[in-house]
Amino acid sequence: MQKILPSTYLKTSFFIAAFLLINYGLSAQDLKFKRTVSDTTSHMLSMDANYNRPSFQIGNTGVAIGGYFEANSIYAVEDGITDGLSFQSPRMSLLLSGSISKRIKFLSEIEFEEGGKEIAIEYAAIDIAFDPLVNLRAGIIVNPIGSFNQNHDGPKYEFVERPNEAVDLLPGTFSNVGFGFYGKTYKGNWIFGYEAYLSNGFDTSIIDNESDRTSLPESKENPNRFTENFSGQPLVTTKLAIGNKKLGEVGLSYMGGQYNKLEDDGFELDTKARRVDVVAFDFNTVINLTGTAIMGEAAYVWVDVPDTYTQQFGNRQWGWFMDIVQPIVKRKILEWEDATFNFAARLDYVDFNEGKFTQTGGEIGDHMFAITPAISFRPTAQTVLRLNYRYQCQTDILKNPSVQTATWFFGISSYF
Amino acid sequence: MKNKILLYIFMTTTLSVILLSCESLNDIYAPREPEEHDLLDGPIEGLTSAQQIQHLNGDLAFTDEVFTAAKGLGPVFVGNRCASCHEGDGKGHPFNGFIRFGKSDSLNNPYANFGDGRNQLQNKAIPGYAPQVLPKGAPYSLLIAPAVTGLGYLDAVSDADILAMADPDDLDGDGISGRPQYDYPPEYVTLRPNSIPKGDKYIFRFGKKAVTYDLLHQTADAYNQDMGIVSAYQPNEPYDGLPNDPEVSDKTIGDVVFYLKTLKAPIQRNQDDPKVIAGKGIFNQIQCAACHVPTLKTSYSPIETLSYKEFHPYTDLLLHDMGPDLDDGYTESYALTSEFRTPALWGLGLSKDSQGGEVFLMHDGRARSIEEAIILHGGEAENSKNKYVNLSVLEQEQLLAFLNSL
Repeated sequence: MQKILPSTYLKTSFFIAAFLLINYGLSAQDLKFKRTVSDTTSHMLSMDANYNRPSFQIGNTGVAIGGYFEANSIYAVEDGITDGLSFQSPRMSLLLSGSISKRIKFLSEIEFEEGGKEIAIEYAAIDIAFDPLVNLRAGIIVNPIGSFNQNHDGPKYEFVERPNEAVDLLPGTFSNVGFGFYGKTYKGNWIFGYEAYLSNGFDTSIIDNESDRTSLPESKENPNRFTENFSGQPLVTTKLAIGNKKLGEVGLSYMGGQYNKLEDDGFELDTKARRVDVVAFDFNTVINLTGTAIMGEAAYVWVDVPDTYTQQFGNRQWGWFMDIVQPIVKRKILEWEDATFNFAARLDYVDFNEGKFTQTGGEIGDHMFAITPAISFRPTAQTVLRLNYRYQCQTDILKNPSVQTATWFFGISSYF
Repeated sequence: MKNKILLYIFMTTTLSVILLSCESLNDIYAPREPEEHDLLDGPIEGLTSAQQIQHLNGDLAFTDEVFTAAKGLGPVFVGNRCASCHEGDGKGHPFNGFIRFGKSDSLNNPYANFGDGRNQLQNKAIPGYAPQVLPKGAPYSLLIAPAVTGLGYLDAVSDADILAMADPDDLDGDGISGRPQYDYPPEYVTLRPNSIPKGDKYIFRFGKKAVTYDLLHQTADAYNQDMGIVSAYQPNEPYDGLPNDPEVSDKTIGDVVFYLKTLKAPIQRNQDDPKVIAGKGIFNQIQCAACHVPTLKTSYSPIETLSYKEFHPYTDLLLHDMGPDLDDGYTESYALTSEFRTPALWGLGLSKDSQGGEVFLMHDGRARSIEEAIILHGGEAENSKNKYVNLSVLEQEQLLAFLNSL
């Protein structure tokens, strides 16, 4: 990954401003910013994530700019050993969108990770609306596997860390160059949505990596992802979602395709096309009586690992997470209208290698479980201060005594 | 007012976590550090700061460095990192067991043209390559990797002390006739200062049949034969025997050797338990200690803290005939097919913590308990096994309690 100096922030900002001025011919009058607020805690179909972000509307240009930022401190103890307290700025994302015409929109997200060490275009796509049920999306798309992948903005959550199921089992964030269609339709309280895309896919790092387990890598781990599809076969990603304004939403998604390459420059690399297939289920709801928000996601992964490879790399994986958020106080606090205190808890489980050892018939380990109670304070819906305590048990492939890690997090995350 | 109180509570809790000494919270919420005697890993005491840094570097290379195809793994291999065969520095698990094959005596190697001619089967392969397949009819042994703790102590035992324990012709008439393994060391090793060679051959001491001279030899061998990683020490690919550019640096290998040399000796637990004390007496009484010698001492070591130390490995580093049941018909170097080097028993009670809560003992992991391992002893150990069988149930329990305390 290319190293980027911190000054790149300034350069990028300059280029974005220049882009706006040149492409949209902005005058000083136009450069009046008007905040468009999205209620990030409201209940919508998760596929709407890209259109449901707060941003600044620039005059009447149809251009909007925004983003989110995260900073946190972390104090972890692993089996009684600690490296002390650290402060982190894991990411800042810039969101830029524009209405090219009434039915054509451009949306993008550029993420700066770890102080600018990594810069990635996570999303940059043009949407052309033919009909509410038929919209063409082309560019760098966020594959709709599960819900979290498309809904990964930090300010939406009461937890500093992203769920393990969404970043260690599924690749987070997973976006690729491709195109496809999406659409929604409504009837009464019911909402139905679908997405279907063809995109570039994975490569053999799924089973040839330094994490020492089968691992679907983030797309940015592949430097050629914008220009080349490693396997030459498209990755298919589809999702169906049904929502009810009173009940909540459920989604069922699939992602799959070939991940290896059979030959390169005439040389045989493998004898068989090998697939990765993922099925994910997601849901979210709010219990009206108590205001309790519950959301979760589960995924199952199948990978065709050669029989002649090591069992360190499993051919089946699965995991899930569930978040429960209970607002305790919601009222005006200081100058903030509708400020909210929440209690929350997250449960994480991932089995990275499901199966039994060929040699002994014993169960393969390599799984983790974590529970994270949390307190959060939202002065506004777009900003969250959060205090988390996470206790994790991680078992190695042999199921030796687990490594236990306790971690305190304090963080702030906000849209801007 | 209520709002302010709520805000104060939130901020106070938060600041408490950040600003208060987090150490003081450790006892309340954090997982405790395991007791030192419950762990196999960890450095020996008395290392200098520079030595501790090198130990840490070696630890990272041994435990965390995962080899991929891009980093040189294979193309045929057994494991993809050192620790995959030695989790927690302990014994290996059958899923990463390995096979050596081909030789049934020291004179003939019918499979000298198979792969690199080294007789270890690389039974896994990166995609696109076929793993090696055991030639039909070849004699072979399945081997489980040993624990690696305390190896620096064993490395520093003098040849004279090893020879003092040998009794190849059983002159003392106890039925036990251990002998050292002699072989030709590779050119890259540094011979021990007070070596006692036999002609051009030197005493070898590491491996199931004592086929490696020292920890550099052992480490370079493991990189090459287990992971398919070639080095300046062993530049030939196990796949085809052809030389290749080094895929691991001399420094990394040096750090790993230093790490292995400076891993602490396992610490015995429950030493004051009457059952353990009684079991120790039985261990000596039924002559287990004739081969599993409880106490050895180091000679000079360049690592000062290892020099001239007494330690308790329960091995004599000699080859012994273990009888027909353990004889796989395969051998290495000059050992007979039924001969194995006495494995150290220290850390035996912690084996289950590196083998997934179970135990897989003896050279191939066939024994699923310490008792079963004792019963599998034959040859020179036949008498001791019979004495164990004839012990009372209480005495057997005491002996097992002692072995589990190691």
